[in-house]
Amino acid sequence: MNLDQLKDKLGIGEDKVYGVMGAFESPDELVDAGRKVREMGYTKLDAMTPFPVHGIDDAIGVPPSKLGWFVIWFSALGALTAVTLIWYVGAIDYRLVIGGKPYFDFSYTIPIAFELTVLFSAFASFLGMWAFNGLPRLYHPSFNYSQAHRASDDLFLLVVEANDPKFDAQRTVEHLRSVGAGDVEVVEG
Amino acid sequence: MSAVLQDPQLMEVNPPLVRSEDYHDLTNQICSIVEGDVIKTPTKYWITLAITASITGLLGLMLAYLVSTGIGVWGNNRPIGWAWDITNFVFWIGIGHAGTLISAILFLFRQKWRTSINRSAEAMTLFAVMCAGIFPLFHTGRPWRAYWLFPIPNTDLNLWQNFRSPLIWDVFAVSTYFTVSLLFWFTGLVPDLATLRDRTLSKLKRVIFGALSLGWRGSARHWSNYEKAYLILAAISTPLVLSVHSIVSFDFATSVIPGWHTTIFPPYFVAGAIFSGFAMVMTLLLIARWTLNLQNLITMKHLENMNKIILVTGLVVGYAYACEFFIAWYSGNIYERFTFLNRAFGPYWWAAWSMYTCNVFIPQLYWFKRLRNNLWVMFIISITTNIGMWFERFVIIATSLTRDFLPTSWGYFHPTWVDMCTFAGTFGLFLTAFLLFARFLPMIAISEVKGVLAVQKHQFTEEEVMAAK
Repeated sequence: MNLDQLKDKLGIGEDKVYGVMGAFESPDELVDAGRKVREMGYTKLDAMTPFPVHGIDDAIGVPPSKLGWFVIWFSALGALTAVTLIWYVGAIDYRLVIGGKPYFDFSYTIPIAFELTVLFSAFASFLGMWAFNGLPRLYHPSFNYSQAHRASDDLFLLVVEANDPKFDAQRTVEHLRSVGAGDVEVVEG
Repeated sequence: MSAVLQDPQLMEVNPPLVRSEDYHDLTNQICSIVEGDVIKTPTKYWITLAITASITGLLGLMLAYLVSTGIGVWGNNRPIGWAWDITNFVFWIGIGHAGTLISAILFLFRQKWRTSINRSAEAMTLFAVMCAGIFPLFHTGRPWRAYWLFPIPNTDLNLWQNFRSPLIWDVFAVSTYFTVSLLFWFTGLVPDLATLRDRTLSKLKRVIFGALSLGWRGSARHWSNYEKAYLILAAISTPLVLSVHSIVSFDFATSVIPGWHTTIFPPYFVAGAIFSGFAMVMTLLLIARWTLNLQNLITMKHLENMNKIILVTGLVVGYAYACEFFIAWYSGNIYERFTFLNRAFGPYWWAAWSMYTCNVFIPQLYWFKRLRNNLWVMFIISITTNIGMWFERFVIIATSLTRDFLPTSWGYFHPTWVDMCTFAGTFGLFLTAFLLFARFLPMIAISEVKGVLAVQKHQFTEEEVMAAK
């Protein structure tokens, strides 16, 4: 795949439209506007905020995170790894009587099983979170919005993506203005 | 929207946690510390850094001397094979525990006041665990063979670790603790690094912060996964922090030495760790708050809350001391009874009474609200607490090892100058790392404090007020 095809696939390029974005001054206004825009029938919505705004997920229809279901398998794997390792070392590969203790006993696997459960879960939630978010990523079209740099400071942005079936650049801009958004712009891909 | 302003009477009872006009002011205040021109950093910062870096250099020299000469340069000798090295290890690990308590346990309890202090406390955890790790690592004598501690199939040794020993549990506990703390800390840092990326005008800084922030753009989907990851990390760090010091205490408790072989050790060690860690956070924050003018973000309310935790954990530690004495008498075991009388009135009486004074008596001053709110009092108590907690570990280790079952093998421990300089050197490393962190990374979690500010600014609608009632 050459670069142009890759760009096409990711929806990147000056000839493409990423969506329409608008800005709000407070989290309450954002949630309010998000709910109204969704009621207009838009489905591909996103928000960009400097901190997690509670209530925005419901308002614009972000499904609950599935990260927990991903992590729990790795937690189990961590515990299993520890018990297997200690059993293999003690009972199979290196049978040695130390202090008259048995070659293998479940009780003394507990501390290490616990630690590896935590370690595996931590890596799964850390790496899983980035994977679920599609990060790290070098470029994203939303950064073309003139106020994008303030989304990590004091502005609360609402995005209607161009792949929304109801999307129409001109009309969407008006819709965003009608719910009180400032600096509404059509953002290129 | 029909807005109801917050009840003024309620505001008086429950004053705002952080004082900042708006989100932008907050961003500016925290970022300006990081963004300032390196050349224009106050001279007092560079002088302090030069001093702490020199002490870190001393640590390097001591370790080089130890490796090139041998473990004999430390005062460890029969009957005390573990001395200052394990004392310092337990001391530093304990310091780290407050960071995890603030970032994880207080998060689960929804204590909003943690947001102003969690970032620096987590950084402190990382640096403290690094300092702790130095001691067992160099006590091996051949630190380049340290990978033998891990179950990596090896051809040069053809051995496996002994999983029946608490020492290998400790390896797993401490390395897991460091790794998880690092992941937790970095996760919290990413949104703030994105803020720095979006603000900087320097091309180099944009590349550095851009790479470190991993393309974070604060999308609602990002935050949803992020908050879930944060919750999971907090939920697993909570039992982790309890397990680490419990396992550290197993190093002692699973042996048969009088004074060590007790079931009270895990909770007693954990309480002591949190006690000393909070004191260290207090020392560092008071200095940072004063030098960087963070009074509006780290308020008296934060400091008073921390003092209350110091008082509570100090009481738990005092209770544990009393309990040990009671059990020594009640058990009827002559060795146990002797050990505790020897602790208080034997050759190490001075260390034991320093520990009782600093850990049990002095923190009682915090019963008085005026003293809990006095900056000088809290600064002094934060230091005496750490002196006391160092003595606690020293007393536990030295009194039990120098006088155990056989009077013919009794002895007395004398630290060497290398012991002393190595321990002092770890303070250099700790402070240098903290100073660099405070200058070059946002030491207050910007996005989290904004969340607190948003709640303060939120004007409740009549429906919400009705729903709350």
